[in-house]
Amino acid sequence: MSQKVLLNAKEVNIILHRLACQLIEKHNDFSNTVLIGLQPRGIFLADRLAQILTEDYKVKNIKLGHLDITFFRDDFRRSDKPLEANATKINFLVEDKNIVFIDDVLYTGRSIRAALTAIQSFGRPNEIELLTLIDRRFSRHLPIQPDYRGRQVDVINKEKVKVNWKEHDNEDSVYLIEK
Amino acid sequence: MSELSVNHLLGIKYLKEEDIQLIFETADHFKEVINRPIKKVPSLRDITIANLFFENSTRTKLSFELAEKRLSADVINFSSSQSSVKKGETLIDTVNNILSMKVDMVVMRHPNPGAGVFLSKHVKASIINAGDGAHEHPTQALLDSYSIREKLGTVKGKKVVIVGDILHSRVALSNIFALQLQGAQVMVCGPKTLIPKYIDKLGVKVETNLRKALNWCDVANMLRVQNERMDISYFPSTREYTQQFGVNRELLDSLNKDITIMHPGPINRGVEITSDVADSKQAIILNQVENGVAIRMSVIYLLASKIKQ
Repeated sequence: MSQKVLLNAKEVNIILHRLACQLIEKHNDFSNTVLIGLQPRGIFLADRLAQILTEDYKVKNIKLGHLDITFFRDDFRRSDKPLEANATKINFLVEDKNIVFIDDVLYTGRSIRAALTAIQSFGRPNEIELLTLIDRRFSRHLPIQPDYRGRQVDVINKEKVKVNWKEHDNEDSVYLIEK
Repeated sequence: MSELSVNHLLGIKYLKEEDIQLIFETADHFKEVINRPIKKVPSLRDITIANLFFENSTRTKLSFELAEKRLSADVINFSSSQSSVKKGETLIDTVNNILSMKVDMVVMRHPNPGAGVFLSKHVKASIINAGDGAHEHPTQALLDSYSIREKLGTVKGKKVVIVGDILHSRVALSNIFALQLQGAQVMVCGPKTLIPKYIDKLGVKVETNLRKALNWCDVANMLRVQNERMDISYFPSTREYTQQFGVNRELLDSLNKDITIMHPGPINRGVEITSDVADSKQAIILNQVENGVAIRMSVIYLLASKIKQ
């Protein structure tokens, strides 16, 4: 198994700030916008963006939630590993809100499809956008594209993109791992 | 651990402690789901479940059916009173006929102990025991322990007394297994005639004085007097039973602590517990009902994940 660094900590930091600025350009004061990190690994990116928006760009009252899509996935009973559920924390109404889904890697698009179904259990949003740190082009199974992307990468199917976060993996980095 | 060690839920005695923890953790997530505005998830869209109730039941059947529907499974119901069982058909034939309709999972209540185990050896579907005679009622025991964990934070080290008709109760046996597996101490309390011989061999304390039992415990699980199962008289009168083994406000107030009151239902109000106790803050009877749906969703979901396509 070999691995190659796609992004180091400094590059991740620059990209996070750029994504935060793009969100501000579109959503201004975030009064009708909610950020929703997708479990399990999108929540680190969502938490980090919310932190940057609050601390560096002084945006007040950011609404941040975590959404677990386990029960909405279409590979239940099809994958080798059993699916483990994670916590959903959405303590606000999503009715008529502009939602930004946040995930670390966009690959086949199936997780986002599940998230689109899952969020309907909480109400009818006005609009849903997608933000991902890594967009794996050419791997999509569904017609889903991000509205905000950190880096676009071309990866063949036997390779894997792994995003590490300081809070969880002790470093901010993105690796391309050959299986 | 992310997978159950069993393919069927036939009884608590076949489970490991890790299985129970996995069921509880998954139930936590389902509890969040059933408190959403839309309480349904599509996980079991391609699974068909047959509810076979060879014995009457209201709340268990409703609870299972609701759990199945909230997971988007297809559900078929069967009750023996309106079926060919009355015409002399055997259990295997009945079930095989139903399985021919491509059923993946069977939830079965049966008056005979061991009916679930018997069935699991003869059919390919995943079996959930919803009560087999006076033997086991595993999902009830799981929801009882889950409710204790929710109220007291943990089951480990807690003292639980099961009061009443232990002899005819499948809830009691499953509860004893489940509580002991999680490190709780268990006592049974009731008239001597309703306590099975040699029950102390299971490692439970036996007490015939309710006040002493309540003084000892953190949680009292009050069982229903199962008049329908009693072929002889086990105590002189309901009035005398209530005087000796019924919990009322005065008795609870005279204890120097707040104990948690549970009841698997249906309650004979004024017999096992008085109305003011059943409706008090100490009672978690309605929490048990809510948790029942989450626990059953969890069990069905985890067993379904082992049915490969």
